[in-house]
Amino acid sequence: MLDVLAIATRNLLRYRRRTLLTLLLIVIGMVAVLLFIAVAGSFKSMMVGQITDSILGHVQVHRKGYVASIDSLPLNLNMKPQMVSKVEEALAQNPAVSSWSPRIKFGGMYSNFAETTSIRVNGVDPAREAATVPLLQGRLIEGDKNAALVERGKIVIPALLARGMKSKLGDTVVVVATNKDGSVNGKTFVVHGILEGISGPGGRDGYIHIEDARELLRMTEPEVSEIAVRLKDFARLDRDSGALRTALEGQTNKEGKPVLEVHDWSQLSPFATLARMIDMLTLFIKIMLVSIVLVAVMNVMMMAVFERIREIGTIAAIGTPPGRILSLFLAEGLMLGVVGTVSGVALSLAAIFGINVWKPTFAFGQQQNLVMAPTIAAGDVVTIAVLVIVVAVIASLQPAWKASRMDPISALRHV
Amino acid sequence: MSLVQATQLAKTYRAGDIDVPAIKGVDFAIEPSSFVAFVGPSGSGKSTLLNLIGCLDHPTSGTLKVLDTDIATLDRKAAAKFRGEHIGFVFQDFNLIPVLTVFENVEYPLRMVQKWPAEKRREQVMQMLEAVGMTDQAAKRPDQISGGQKQRVAVARALVSNPKLVLADEPTANLDHDTAYRILELMKKMRDEFKTTFVFSTHDPKIMNEAEVTFTLEDGILRNGGHHA
Repeated sequence: MLDVLAIATRNLLRYRRRTLLTLLLIVIGMVAVLLFIAVAGSFKSMMVGQITDSILGHVQVHRKGYVASIDSLPLNLNMKPQMVSKVEEALAQNPAVSSWSPRIKFGGMYSNFAETTSIRVNGVDPAREAATVPLLQGRLIEGDKNAALVERGKIVIPALLARGMKSKLGDTVVVVATNKDGSVNGKTFVVHGILEGISGPGGRDGYIHIEDARELLRMTEPEVSEIAVRLKDFARLDRDSGALRTALEGQTNKEGKPVLEVHDWSQLSPFATLARMIDMLTLFIKIMLVSIVLVAVMNVMMMAVFERIREIGTIAAIGTPPGRILSLFLAEGLMLGVVGTVSGVALSLAAIFGINVWKPTFAFGQQQNLVMAPTIAAGDVVTIAVLVIVVAVIASLQPAWKASRMDPISALRHV
Repeated sequence: MSLVQATQLAKTYRAGDIDVPAIKGVDFAIEPSSFVAFVGPSGSGKSTLLNLIGCLDHPTSGTLKVLDTDIATLDRKAAAKFRGEHIGFVFQDFNLIPVLTVFENVEYPLRMVQKWPAEKRREQVMQMLEAVGMTDQAAKRPDQISGGQKQRVAVARALVSNPKLVLADEPTANLDHDTAYRILELMKKMRDEFKTTFVFSTHDPKIMNEAEVTFTLEDGILRNGGHHA
């Protein structure tokens, strides 16, 4: 095998310019794909991370029918205490669950005593919310990031609202809300923090303590609008959320109808479509890479066979077995693939390192100055490398086969 | 026992709808360690006959036994194996591999066809290069040596695996007269040294006189049964 590789290398070096051009194509293709995977992947991870770790959680549990009406935040579809207990019991027994946070969600009016505007409010238990959506606190652009997110009598408001209503930390404001029976109630709060807005559902919500929410809404029993769940391993989202769905959606009321519904973040956020588009684009880029390698290597190998017909005739005449002639040409494709892959991976990793040193920033919806920090998994690098090498060998197969089946007499006569 | 034995050997090519007979039922025998020439004008069937003896082609009819093997029974793979083990080739255009050095060209059959161990290979190649007087050119590439030197290397490559038979199709056609004679002398010397049978084709009357046995071909028919010089 080493003999074959050594001769293949010599043959590739015979046409240096052509070999270099082919390698260049492979390298450019590899760099493009790996950089795209790294940049798009990190953007997707950042985006999904922001959505799941600062707003939605990985999975949410609602009373059946709540998500269909989620835009109106229907208080009449809150989970009753018995339901909440059952859900919490199931979550406590599930080893895949890291934490969960019950929320009361409602729409209300926010007033600074001079102006009034609408607001969507989450009533949360600050400790449980912080455990379930750990990046939420990090979105505070004003306020103490190390203190509890909210305390009784305090409110955290989104930046857009703070700007529009000229609210500052320490200001006293009023939140007025209508409960499910239609009665209106108001409660004063002190502005405790201002949150950076984030694109997507819940990205411009305010936060108060869950007990304040119950008081404001005059709840007679501790109802909950949703339970956000954080899983221990996000990579196992499909499996673990599926298990939760099976466990919770199986619970039925007296009429035998399901009372709960379980959704993962991708079913709740329109950005899941964007994430899927990124995956789709990655696939197309991979297909383009395969095409580039296939055409480039096949072209160079077809030329190699055509230009060396007499040589093939000679080696066949002196007794080189057809299989060895085949392997000689396959080895050339393999060498092109391997050298192109190694160079492409080295250049890509250098470029990724360079971007991480450079730290370019970009905007995502409301968020500005997000730092691009591309990373690539070893598995992705190996997959692309193996793909390129395999495609390079496959591209050489037809020319190599042709060479191995060549009639020595015709080949020796070739001018 | 003859090294090569042909009985009513015929080869017909098909060109479109027309059958073109190249060899028309010839009988001949070639003895071991002989120095044989097939002579005749272009198109007389010399190359076809050499291709048949070299197991590069199959006869249309008749039998051709090389080293007691009926070559008609050999498939593509078996024929390649047979050639690699028993037959050496010298070509009119030398046909050295341009990316390999002189040493590597001679080494090629041992490395890529017979897979000799490296040390034994090196010893054998150096012995052959010494025999053809090319030791000092071992590191050069084919484009760095003359036509005569290239043919010497080709002779060394043909002999390196100790074949019983070396076939040379017009080996001197691309060489000047003096060089051609020197190559024939070298081939004779190799025959004497290694007891290898040399069969070559030529249409040059001066060269054909160097052969010890001459078969004259005309239009695919042997005009003599092997003229001994």
